[in-house]
Amino acid sequence: MSGDLNDCLNDELNDGLNDYLNDCLNGNTVMLRVTGVHKAFGNQPVLHGVDLVVPAGSITTVLGPSGCGKTTLLRLIAGFEEPDEGTIEIAGQTMVGNGRSTPPERRRVGVVPQEGALFPHLDLAGNIGYGLDRAARKSGRVEEMLALVGLAGMGHRRAHELSGGQQQRAALARALAPGPALVLLDEPFSSLDAAMRAQVRDEVFDVLRLAGATAVLVTHDQQEALSVSDQVAVLLGGRVAQCGEPNQVYARPASLDVATFVGEVVVLPALATDGVAQCALGPVELTTGSPTNGTVDVVIRPEQFVVSSVGSTGAPDQTQVEGVVVGRSYFGHDGTVRIALPGGETLTCRLPAGRLPARGTRLTVHVATPVVAFPATR
Amino acid sequence: MSRSRPPLILVIPAVAAALIAVAPIWYLLDRSLEQGWAEVVDELWRRRTLDLVARSLGLTAAVTLGSVMIGLIAAWLVVHSDLRGRRALQVAFTLPLAIPSYLAAFAWISWRPGLAGFTGAALVLTMVSYPYVMLPAIAALSRLDPAHEDVARSLGRSRMSVALRLTLPQIRTSIAAGALLVALYVLSDFGAVAAMRYEVFTWVIYGAYRAGFNPSRAAILATVLVLLALVLVAAEARVRGRATARVGSGSPRAHNPVPLGRATPLAYLFAAGVLGPALVFPLWRIVVWLTSYTSTDIDFGEVVSALGHTLLLAAAAAVATMLLAFQVGVLAARSSSPFARVLERTTYIGHGLPGIVVAISLVYVGVRVLRPIYLEPPLLVLGYVVLFLPLAVGAVRSSVEQSPARLEEVARSLGDRPRTVLRRVTAPLAAPGISAGAALVLLATMKELPVTLVLHPTGTETLATRLWRYTAVSDYANAGPYAIALVLFAAIPTALLSAPYRDRRTERTEVTAT
Repeated sequence: MSGDLNDCLNDELNDGLNDYLNDCLNGNTVMLRVTGVHKAFGNQPVLHGVDLVVPAGSITTVLGPSGCGKTTLLRLIAGFEEPDEGTIEIAGQTMVGNGRSTPPERRRVGVVPQEGALFPHLDLAGNIGYGLDRAARKSGRVEEMLALVGLAGMGHRRAHELSGGQQQRAALARALAPGPALVLLDEPFSSLDAAMRAQVRDEVFDVLRLAGATAVLVTHDQQEALSVSDQVAVLLGGRVAQCGEPNQVYARPASLDVATFVGEVVVLPALATDGVAQCALGPVELTTGSPTNGTVDVVIRPEQFVVSSVGSTGAPDQTQVEGVVVGRSYFGHDGTVRIALPGGETLTCRLPAGRLPARGTRLTVHVATPVVAFPATR
Repeated sequence: MSRSRPPLILVIPAVAAALIAVAPIWYLLDRSLEQGWAEVVDELWRRRTLDLVARSLGLTAAVTLGSVMIGLIAAWLVVHSDLRGRRALQVAFTLPLAIPSYLAAFAWISWRPGLAGFTGAALVLTMVSYPYVMLPAIAALSRLDPAHEDVARSLGRSRMSVALRLTLPQIRTSIAAGALLVALYVLSDFGAVAAMRYEVFTWVIYGAYRAGFNPSRAAILATVLVLLALVLVAAEARVRGRATARVGSGSPRAHNPVPLGRATPLAYLFAAGVLGPALVFPLWRIVVWLTSYTSTDIDFGEVVSALGHTLLLAAAAAVATMLLAFQVGVLAARSSSPFARVLERTTYIGHGLPGIVVAISLVYVGVRVLRPIYLEPPLLVLGYVVLFLPLAVGAVRSSVEQSPARLEEVARSLGDRPRTVLRRVTAPLAAPGISAGAALVLLATMKELPVTLVLHPTGTETLATRLWRYTAVSDYANAGPYAIALVLFAAIPTALLSAPYRDRRTERTEVTAT
């Protein structure tokens, strides 16, 4: 944190900065504030009305399907593109808004593009030292950053002599070296193979936390978004559909779209009466916040199903329903079975790996915990 | 990448480059219309003018056809066959680029004067210009993904059928671009047709200019020539645009060479049949010139001084051209604004301006507005810049396009201003293109004849002007040393250009620029 403060003091002192420093001392700071940002390419609207607040020192993941404008949002924050409308503030200073725009080189935003984009004509030390002035380069900052990302002693290597994960960490070190206010990572792990992805991801997040950096990461990988970030912003249809802690977004999705995009769900039509919905599974209890009456869609996560063999007791008869296993997937740590109900619906249920029933097995299914519901769209 | 406002550091030199390229056009229009439209129409409808058009187009068609056939076969042999020594053959096939067309023409004329006319001109021009088809064809062939061929073979296609139905369509655009380049070259060539005394546009324009009494006739003919050339330029730009849109990144693995089997002797026969007249014969003639007339005393001081002037002028032209070309090339590659597009197109006009046209228009411009540098080295260098800027811009542009714009964005976010990014990232990454462009300009300047002939400062003889003067009066003994010096020094940049592109530093850092 003291490093951040020093960097702040090095910057030009103005009112905005003073406010920011006060906020720093009070411990409630917003590092990035995006308000009402619109962007279209030609006639193609990409973002319309994006709002996003990123607290200092946190890691926020912007999660969205391909083509939802995630990368465009990052490019707007970095200053590579200009929004058509809206404002962007970084560390309390307005970067874009009121017809003015700060060029990328004066935003103090570090960028880690897809696949690293290390400068091929420079070695690793040259890459990491790129954003530093001569004095800083001499001061040992480069070696410090190399050590931070676990590449100590490799400063003379060139980009093509590094593995994909090493390139990614080197790109992070390059972005962090000048002490930026904010680090932006664009699908940083998408080019790595599955086996390496989790490891590199953990390494990168450890480095970000160690450096006390504020980071915004863009991904279409839900697991990546949910597992390690402090805050997840779901970008759907050019807007932030929900922004919150990962468990909140998963367990209490703000809309049916968010629910179906983040994690697996089974959606069933139902009729709600006084907080209980009648659906193909019989009556299920709704969460607080769900509509209490009327036609709804209930949203059930695969792990909310309780499956038992026919005839065994466990739940009242009217809250369970019988079905047939029509398919199963085995993941090692657990597995899912697809169960066809008499009414034609198919449920995906998550079960411990050791207990996956064979195809054709008849089972009873019920839901034990309250489920989320949204007003029916059909 | 949509950077709407290109930085001024790029714009100002780029505008200067465009203005320089447009100057000859201004001259042509001004001069042509001097005596009114009636005169223009009258001149155009003369029997002689129509004959001129027919002869020029006929020669262009013949040479282009021959060059495409030779260039295509040579490229295929070098890239895909199992011919022994095909790497060395690639360099040898490229070397005729180092022989100026007028030198090749005089080599033949000095041996069989009867060749003068269409036959000689077509032969000589084909032999010096087939590399313009071969080099892009080699590039396109080595970029092809061998997996396509494997798939086609596994689907039951014969090797011949694969070549005709899969390979040829994929490299078609590259061949077309090369063919148009040859056509343009033939239309603009002055040396070979002058040596062969074949009356096409360039020679007649030179004659009209030299005769001096009817400058507007020279200008009107030059305008027609420029119009023909610009049609070719536009066609070439179109085709090339499509060609680059098709090719992907480098091929994932090497091609399996196609065994030639019993056709191997035929392949060697082909190589001998091309290299003989294109390379061995002119060199042999030069050696004959050098050895068989030893009685004449050659002034080696003059040779050295001419060589010095040639190298100095070529270096100056390369530096001046690259300084301007870098800015235009970067703008063209990185900016999508219509302004940048117009700028690039404008510098491309120089490509359609035959040397003789540039020469006589710079005389005009020189006498009127650039009096202080008229018949001084700077004006001559300016002429080279107009002529060769398109070559250099193309080389810079393609190499800048190969490095992702994302790298420049990262540099911006690390605190560099656009100008600094240019110096620290764009220029180093474009280094292969910049050196290729410089080599092209060096080579072209050393060989250049018409502009040098018309604009060289009095008393400053170059290898080309000396060579021209001696050979024009059949004094081959005295021409020998100049010829050998010119070919040897022109061979250096040529060899650089024929070497396959190798850039180990960048080859594995592929970055997707979405």
